[in-house]
Amino acid sequence: MSILIDASTTFIVQGITGREAVNLTRECLDYGVGAKIVGGVTPGRKGRDVHGVRVFDTVAQAVESYGSPIYGSVVTVPPAFTKDAVFEAIENHIKLVVIVTERIPRRDVAQMVELADMRGARIIGPNCLGIIVPDVIKMGGIGGPAKNAAQAYSPGPIGVVSRSGGMTTEMSSTLTAAGLGQSTAVSIGGDAIIGSTYAELMPFFQADKQTHGIVIYTEPGGRMEAELSQWVIDNDCRMPVVAFMAGRFMDEMPGMSFGHAGTIVEGKEDTAAEKIARLADAGITVAEEISEIPDIMKSKLPAHVEHKPPPGVSVPAWVRGGDGP
Amino acid sequence: MRFFEYEAREIVKRAGIPVTDFGFTTDAAEARAIAERIGGPTVIKSQVLTGGRMKAGGVKFADTPAEAEAYAADILELEINGHMPRGVLVDPKADVKQEYYAGVVWDGTAKKPVILFSDMGGIDIEEVAEQHPDHVGRVHISNLLPISDYQAKECIAQTGVTGKALQRLTPIVRRLAQLFVDNDMVLAEINPLCEMNDGTFVALDAHMDMESEARGRHKGLLEELGVGDDETRLAREPTEFELAGEAVDSADHRGVAGNVTEFDGNIGLVIGAGGGSLTLFDAVRAHGGEPANYCEIGGNPSVHKTCGLAKLVLTKPGVDKIAVMMSIVSNTRVDIVARGVIKACLELGFDPAEKIAIFRIPGAWEEEGFKILEKYGIEYADRSVSMHEAARRAVAKIAGPEAVTS
Repeated sequence: MSILIDASTTFIVQGITGREAVNLTRECLDYGVGAKIVGGVTPGRKGRDVHGVRVFDTVAQAVESYGSPIYGSVVTVPPAFTKDAVFEAIENHIKLVVIVTERIPRRDVAQMVELADMRGARIIGPNCLGIIVPDVIKMGGIGGPAKNAAQAYSPGPIGVVSRSGGMTTEMSSTLTAAGLGQSTAVSIGGDAIIGSTYAELMPFFQADKQTHGIVIYTEPGGRMEAELSQWVIDNDCRMPVVAFMAGRFMDEMPGMSFGHAGTIVEGKEDTAAEKIARLADAGITVAEEISEIPDIMKSKLPAHVEHKPPPGVSVPAWVRGGDGP
Repeated sequence: MRFFEYEAREIVKRAGIPVTDFGFTTDAAEARAIAERIGGPTVIKSQVLTGGRMKAGGVKFADTPAEAEAYAADILELEINGHMPRGVLVDPKADVKQEYYAGVVWDGTAKKPVILFSDMGGIDIEEVAEQHPDHVGRVHISNLLPISDYQAKECIAQTGVTGKALQRLTPIVRRLAQLFVDNDMVLAEINPLCEMNDGTFVALDAHMDMESEARGRHKGLLEELGVGDDETRLAREPTEFELAGEAVDSADHRGVAGNVTEFDGNIGLVIGAGGGSLTLFDAVRAHGGEPANYCEIGGNPSVHKTCGLAKLVLTKPGVDKIAVMMSIVSNTRVDIVARGVIKACLELGFDPAEKIAIFRIPGAWEEEGFKILEKYGIEYADRSVSMHEAARRAVAKIAGPEAVTS
């Protein structure tokens, strides 16, 4: 099992004719069992195709052409048009929107999130690389080309959630090398307001039979880690959680933003020191180095969890065979 | 992007919230003229983007226009926390009966703006919230529905304020919430919001912070306020080194090789990406190293751009060697970064094997990258060497093995 997406997930790519989106489409089609990208949208480009994916002017056309509801959308349009694109997706009954675009003003993000809540849809991002279920499917640029993603990610018992897209891959690669595969890895985005926080994704992992441990990458800024700590305490979390906190040096530099838009120390609660204390209060171990994470996790995992792919998840032929289908 | 008080007051005024008859100037003689126009006692306030003005002597009370001029002359020369004032604000001395606080900020957990109100104004709201929680009202506002008076009223009423004050304060607080939303603010605060002895209400001081990403949507306002496109308004002004980094980054549009921040140490860093840079900077310090700079590479910048960044760091006084390190890359290409940093060394007349202490970038196009690095005899590492281990090697090689603390 996995969270949010699986082999049967259908999605579209909004802004599919952009340079990055063309690459992303190729990567997703090549990875795992091959993503079911059932259409692309770029206004005014109807009739083209991108790696065999048909391009439409509107989301409604894509849905009509497919003939049944489409589950997801990856949005890679410029910041000024992102809100409109996400509204269009949600109002056409898309249930999962991955927003790749960076530098979107937070009021726009907040409006998208509120509409998603009203319609029962979920947003991942913005400023994120998306979701990957190792060897099965990826939705977004996470892990890069299929060949590179296959090198870093492997199926297994660990859920990975990260504010940094690149660090999602670095941490998963470290886990993979230590024999700890991943159930699902989610790059949630580095902005101050995002569609899905750690705490909002925890219930999905808690309900997922494959997931037995959680690894998170965190940074200074915001209250997302405090929210996670509270969730772990309030919900009798069945999984050990191990965290890595980057940007500790920022505690000495209030008012300066580094790394991501949401990464800034403005008040005491934003600091790395405060967050580490909060996480520790909830029994979450904060690793000093990424290389320590696998051993910490192994010492906390229930005895029955084997450090290899769980039964039912077979390694597809494309991984052994080379670059993909 | 933070606004000076005189700008923030202008924004408040445009939103229909009453303010005093203040004036802004960069000239002491003009301060006198403003004081004369106001008539009566005035307050002269330094216009700096930092707190602690009062303590530093940046706020003075003048009884006469001559005094106003003298104080203005002093304050214009007074540096506060490393900031020289933009000018001075000349304000009529207020006849205050009661001070309130009104503010709007983002609540990242609720993902909505929250209106904050207190009947204990004039002091730091966080302090009030901690010590007198029953004196702080909070109401979240929808991002999709229009803002309505009742929301402001509920917020104010939570603190026990009633009667005429409640009625007078309601439209002010509602307008503040509206201006927060309309102007893409991340902070909009009136403190103190004063009830005067004559029964009127005025905003006596205001703090506004606009989201940098939204500046493009408010060009008209910024132009009218005289805010230049090049004003970053960060916690500290960019250094020459940082401006040179910005020039490298903006030279071509592909990818990022920038976000350079200057530090005092001797470890030259060419690092990436967003999270990777934060991790590596911490790692260098954790091993006893003192970085000369912070920076970020990402989004597959050109050889030229990477070369420009590496040259900038290599030529920084005090830097002898650079460490080139990133988390696993999937978009940025290893071979392109390798070519960029090698080119920088060669163009400066250096031996790349000598100047590049370690190269640790695994990921896309690594075979090609490693081949080039090998050709030049540069020490490199793949993903089997952790980011912290790479940082440790960098510190040992640049600062000497004795510098490594752990």
